Amino acid sequence: MPAETILNIQNLNKTYKSAGRTLTVLDDINFSISTGSTNAIVGPSGSGKTTLLGLCAGLDSASSGIVELNGIGLSNLGEDKRAQVRNQYVGFIFQNFQLLPTLTALENVMVPLELRGEKNIKARSQDLLDKVGLADRGHHYPAQLSGGEQQRVSLARAFSNSPKILFADEPTGNLDAETSEKVVKLIFDLNREAGTTLVLVTHDLELAAKTHRIIKIKGGKLVSDEKTCNE
Amino acid sequence: MDQVNYNRKINFSWLFKMAVRDSRRNRSRLLLFISSIVFGIGALVAIYSFRYNIQNDVDNQAATLIGADLTISGNKAPDGELKTLTDSLGDDRSQERSFASMVLFPKSFGTRLVQVRALQGGFPYYGELETVPLHAGSTFKKGKYALVDKTLMMQFNAKVNDSVKVGNETFVIAGLLNKAPGQTGISSGIAPVVYIPLQYLEQTGLAKLGSRITYSYFYKFNNTRAIPKLIKTLDPKLEKDGFNYDTIATRKENTGRSFEDLSRFLSLVGFIALLLGCVGVASAINIYIREKIRSIAIMRCMGVKASEAFLIYLIQIAGIGLVGSIAGAALGTGIQHLLPMVLKDFLPITISVSISWMAIWQGIVLGLIISVLFALLPLISIRNISPLNTLRLSFDDTTTIKDPLRWLVYSLVLLFIVSFSYLQLEDWTGAVVFTIGIAIAFLILTAIAWLLIRFTRLLIMSSWSYIWRQGFANLYRPNNQTIILTVSIGLSTAFICTLFLIQQLLISQVTLSTGDNQSNMILFDIQTSQKKAIADLTRKQGLKVLSQVPIVTIRLDKVNGKTAADVKKDTTLKINPHVFTYEYRVSYRDSLTASEKITSGEWIGKTIPGKDVPVSAEERFAERAKVKVGDKLIFNVQGVLMNAYVASIRKVNWNKISTNFQIVFPTGVLEDAPQFNVLLTHVPNNTVSAKLQQVVVQQFPNVSIVDLGLVLSVLDELLDKIGYVIKFMSGFSIITGIIVLISSVRISKYQRIQESVLLRTLGASRKQIFAITALEYLFLGTLSALTGIIIAIGASWLLAVYRFDMPYHVNLLPVVAIFFAITLLTVIIGLLNSRGILNKPPLEVLRSNS
Repeated sequence: MPAETILNIQNLNKTYKSAGRTLTVLDDINFSISTGSTNAIVGPSGSGKTTLLGLCAGLDSASSGIVELNGIGLSNLGEDKRAQVRNQYVGFIFQNFQLLPTLTALENVMVPLELRGEKNIKARSQDLLDKVGLADRGHHYPAQLSGGEQQRVSLARAFSNSPKILFADEPTGNLDAETSEKVVKLIFDLNREAGTTLVLVTHDLELAAKTHRIIKIKGGKLVSDEKTCNE
Repeated sequence: MDQVNYNRKINFSWLFKMAVRDSRRNRSRLLLFISSIVFGIGALVAIYSFRYNIQNDVDNQAATLIGADLTISGNKAPDGELKTLTDSLGDDRSQERSFASMVLFPKSFGTRLVQVRALQGGFPYYGELETVPLHAGSTFKKGKYALVDKTLMMQFNAKVNDSVKVGNETFVIAGLLNKAPGQTGISSGIAPVVYIPLQYLEQTGLAKLGSRITYSYFYKFNNTRAIPKLIKTLDPKLEKDGFNYDTIATRKENTGRSFEDLSRFLSLVGFIALLLGCVGVASAINIYIREKIRSIAIMRCMGVKASEAFLIYLIQIAGIGLVGSIAGAALGTGIQHLLPMVLKDFLPITISVSISWMAIWQGIVLGLIISVLFALLPLISIRNISPLNTLRLSFDDTTTIKDPLRWLVYSLVLLFIVSFSYLQLEDWTGAVVFTIGIAIAFLILTAIAWLLIRFTRLLIMSSWSYIWRQGFANLYRPNNQTIILTVSIGLSTAFICTLFLIQQLLISQVTLSTGDNQSNMILFDIQTSQKKAIADLTRKQGLKVLSQVPIVTIRLDKVNGKTAADVKKDTTLKINPHVFTYEYRVSYRDSLTASEKITSGEWIGKTIPGKDVPVSAEERFAERAKVKVGDKLIFNVQGVLMNAYVASIRKVNWNKISTNFQIVFPTGVLEDAPQFNVLLTHVPNNTVSAKLQQVVVQQFPNVSIVDLGLVLSVLDELLDKIGYVIKFMSGFSIITGIIVLISSVRISKYQRIQESVLLRTLGASRKQIFAITALEYLFLGTLSALTGIIIAIGASWLLAVYRFDMPYHVNLLPVVAIFFAITLLTVIIGLLNSRGILNKPPLEVLRSNS
């Protein structure tokens, strides 16, 4: 039975106007991602991989082309509707963690659930913090946590709304090797446990190699799309 | 595929929770932002409380303001039907004759022009003549006694049981008069009162023909409900004979109206403080939201809608605005205790101080409205913050130039300023002009800041030292504070400086020249028969007679054939009805004086017998009577009707101390009419002044003397008090301006933290960072203060010329002082903020701001 597609990208283009010139950042990108798979988007700096992630996750709108997330065409949705889609289906992990500085670790994890108006939020969020090994740091503010701890809170937050797809932008980019290893293990463990689709953007080929599939981008074009031996 | 719920309802309790959570680590900063409105709200709550208390006090004390249920007054003795009426009205009645006259204190030989009130009957029926000893207010009428105003008693060191000479009669001082119904501290300073019993008036010799006496009748009614009906029948009769009436109701209305003027002025000054606070709120929230871009982008990533993000911060600002408003209202309620102390000399009633919940409520609502309204402009930009900011700084512009809501907010702000100014001024033109003025000042400052950014970029040269380049580059680099600081510092300076310049101009208006040929003593009520003798007496004292002017009392009967009755019937005539009731004191001469200038028509100095008399009308009189050159007038010269026409219209400089007239006749027509004379002279000092007054009062008791030196000193005192009130109210604007300055500069600290710390990390010394900061703020402070002062000079010029109608000049020294003070304050506050960063290790600063 063919795997169900969660993300479908067709003829995707993104251009910016800068100083009267049109700058093409993404040029005719096509690929699709099946539910439950793990995928890496790799490429040199400035190749357009972060822009691609932003478009796939509905953080930005394409200049042309189709982005379908869980069967929903994002291209024609306004920002507020895309926000609802993100809240329901998407989880994020960022290179610089992006925790809300005025909220405690626990509150940061609670926000996506609160937005959905769910029940039993505190206990569920506390469970997630337990899973990432921060059970006793829930009342700390981000500034009181180390980089690795912040990224683990970010991970707990990303899984809090049980996303169908998780987008990770250089999740280990700001961490040392040892911490990186722990965080990567957590990402893959939680992903497997929750059955979430993972799309990660990275420079790190070693990390990319841990996924099922590697999509290479260069100069805004898709230059290769290969399955790994993890498939 | 699951269905996405696009119509998720806004969960307000969660928004409140998020607003509280998000404010946690920023509350002290938010309080600083909002502190700029505390003083503005404080000033307005104080003034509103004062206004409400006064309304209550006027309602409660109106009867004591007038002292009777009904008073009738006129400047001639009633006769015929009116006499019968005045003698029969009311259940109890009193009467009074009042006039200006010189009095002499024989013990000290001191003389002064006073208001003599000759009283008979039980007046006042409400309130009392407040005297020391207490009973003197009623007992003085039983013999040849007088009550003398406390300022006079103090001036001449007089005691109870001393004597005072009024005209030809000497009275024993029965008591010191502290207060009479309706009298204020200031009015007794200008025209102190001496009460004598009416039965001795004749013996003083002052109630002769030609004396300017006001006849007043006071009535007490057992049934006060009948008064309005009585007034309806009385009104036409009184008007016909040129008499006025006053009841408790009319006095309440008039007193209330004059307090309205006072509180309206004070409210406007308070409003300026509040507007300054608004500038502070708008600029502070603008920076605050800029710093919140990352947090907002994170929330948007997690699915928070634009409207929800907007509401989270709106709730935050409204909450903190409410706290600021409550603090302001509490401050205002405290300050209102001071207002009666500051204003007591201007008030004829005792002001009570009680908490006015209405004023507090108004202040809190107003504070809430302005904190939200002026924060809206930065707040609506939240809607445009892209979640993409989590990945990188968005390419999209978060500014909202094309956003239609931005223009809606601008319109709301303008509407608010116009409406609120209207509420204070009750004049749409004034409100619109005030708003346009503020808008122009705002645009000028924005344009100056914009030009500064442009020019600095071009001016910086690579040959400059690093510190200079860095300091100046801070003015145009991303996240610069140039526009916000220039506008807020510039507007604060403009408001404060305008208030200051206008105050200076008003005060300098009355600093009159006292040169040798400028008259500073006026002798009036000189009968024609006394004219020569008094001139001789003056010269005998070694003084010059600068001029002698004849004065004739006349009334206006018809304007172009229309009488007072015609004008009342036909309102399209637009002639002010008072021109017919007024008693004009006119003069006649063959030439113009130095203070007069013909603006239309031709000056005619001599009349041609048998023809209409060519008179010259002063321009304000011409405007009120709606007459132009050639128009016909019929005057009533003490019973004789006289045909005249307007030969010329004159502009008169009323500020000059000389005898000026609304109507001037040519020679050859009024010479034989009953008249009195005025003599002007210059006295070099108080001793000569006292000597002249003594000899004149002894030989000519009917002649009154105005010593301008004394009047000027009273005016000086009055202006000092007015100046104090203005300064007291302006104090709120100044404090607010300083708070806005502190918060504007302080918030810029958060913009500069990152780079100052980076510079320190890279090895910059504290001294270097201080120098960079000092240069940036020195330049901003200098330019903003200078622009603000230029705007203030323009605004005060417009106010002086078009509102106060007075010549304009600027006293440069204090203006320069304001310039240096504002610039220095900007630099000091800027440096103090940097010190906070520099004294901590870089890592601590970076972490606390991450």
